[in-house]
Amino acid sequence: MLIGVLALQGAFREHRRALAKAGAAAREVRLPAELEGLDALVIPGGESTTIGKLMVSYHLLESVRELAAAGLPVFGTCAGLVMLAREVVEGEQPLLGLMDIRVRRNAFGRQVRSFEADLDLPLLGKEPFHGVFIRAPWIESAGPGVEVLAEYQGHAVAARQDNLLVTAFHPELTEDLRLHRQFIGMAASLTPWR
Amino acid sequence: MKIGTMKVKTGLAEMLKGGVIMDVTDAEQARVAEEAGACAVMALERVPSDIRADGGVARMSDPEKIKEIQEAVSIPVMAKARIGHFVEAQILEALEVDYVDESEVLTPADESNHINKWKFKVPFVCGAINLGEALRRISEGAAMIRTKGEAGTGNVVEAVRHMRTITGEIRKLAGMDEDELFKAAKDLRAPCELVKWVAENGRLPVVNFSAGGLATPADAAMMMQLGAEGVFVGSGIFKSADPAARGKAIVEATTHFNDPEVLARVSAGLKDAMRGLDIKELGEENLIQHRGW
Repeated sequence: MLIGVLALQGAFREHRRALAKAGAAAREVRLPAELEGLDALVIPGGESTTIGKLMVSYHLLESVRELAAAGLPVFGTCAGLVMLAREVVEGEQPLLGLMDIRVRRNAFGRQVRSFEADLDLPLLGKEPFHGVFIRAPWIESAGPGVEVLAEYQGHAVAARQDNLLVTAFHPELTEDLRLHRQFIGMAASLTPWR
Repeated sequence: MKIGTMKVKTGLAEMLKGGVIMDVTDAEQARVAEEAGACAVMALERVPSDIRADGGVARMSDPEKIKEIQEAVSIPVMAKARIGHFVEAQILEALEVDYVDESEVLTPADESNHINKWKFKVPFVCGAINLGEALRRISEGAAMIRTKGEAGTGNVVEAVRHMRTITGEIRKLAGMDEDELFKAAKDLRAPCELVKWVAENGRLPVVNFSAGGLATPADAAMMMQLGAEGVFVGSGIFKSADPAARGKAIVEATTHFNDPEVLARVSAGLKDAMRGLDIKELGEENLIQHRGW
């Protein structure tokens, strides 16, 4: 299993570390050629406007879009969730537009409102998942094909749709590997996605 | 639910990694920076090269300017407070800036004490020229470090010196046995637990960016290759002939810092960089890197 981590900007190193601990080989992706042969892809947290612009300039937006539309499993956290969305509530920015969700950026407020909280995430079992939310987005609305996996204060903060998994929080900043394991399992069940 | 924890403070710095934080003085510049791909902007009254040229006391920006900038962009907005000026920091926190830079670029307000950063929900970034200074700032609650370089000069030589100093000092600690670390902590004038942590992990406990004198895509890529986790660019962008193009090129060079082909392409045809100053001609008394201790 070889998982790419989009390494244009943000917390890509933390995802690599988490994937390695969960038993998957990882490769940093900065150019389209580095997408070749991947079994899955992670889009990390960071600034979604920065990541989006760099994806456009380096022709990654259309390459990733094509691969994911063909079934490549993709896990997006925070900025990665924004990138995967069909639409953001305010403003114009490049998006992959793959997941049938409408997303509000910085929905919980600016940095002084960033927070940690325990979440119910039934997919992973009874034990709550410790969510680290940094200027986090939430899912404002989701289409019928989207399964909401966790909510916080009435807002969807984790979801799945076919080969796509997203969280508004940062599992890569904690030692809890359950979501990375879940994604690796999801990728394994979908392989060979081609 | 917990807010203002060290985890969320350092967490935002983690999200800024691999990015470029650009100095801006108004909403228009902030929009140019965001469009160029900045991962955050630093709001300040005058860029460092103007502070250097104008002299006088340099203070926190007018809150009205900061609000304008916050309204103009969706990326994080940072702002500078004077060293030790905890009330400027309180004001910046009330404005909900995303990071406070307790900065030597402004005129220090206290010659003995830095701000007690543990008292704040807003995270702080602080400058350092060596490992001891970085660890002292972290012990006061800084959630992010930047090497100081020499702001407003367009000359990268001091940024290189400070980054090499810190990475060299970290390597030295990593080679010591536990008994030697007590003495090392004393020499570094830094808390023992932090010194031990650095020795065990081979890095700073928080994210470390490079700042002070970067003016070209090659400067940014060199600092990344030397171990910076991202870069601050101050006067280097908005004192150049074409800020939008130069900003975008520096963003791309920071991402592709290990790819000389990309670096060659983005460095081409950028029009004039800021003019730049020779550090030796400035004289020791005009260096701002020695503010803070």
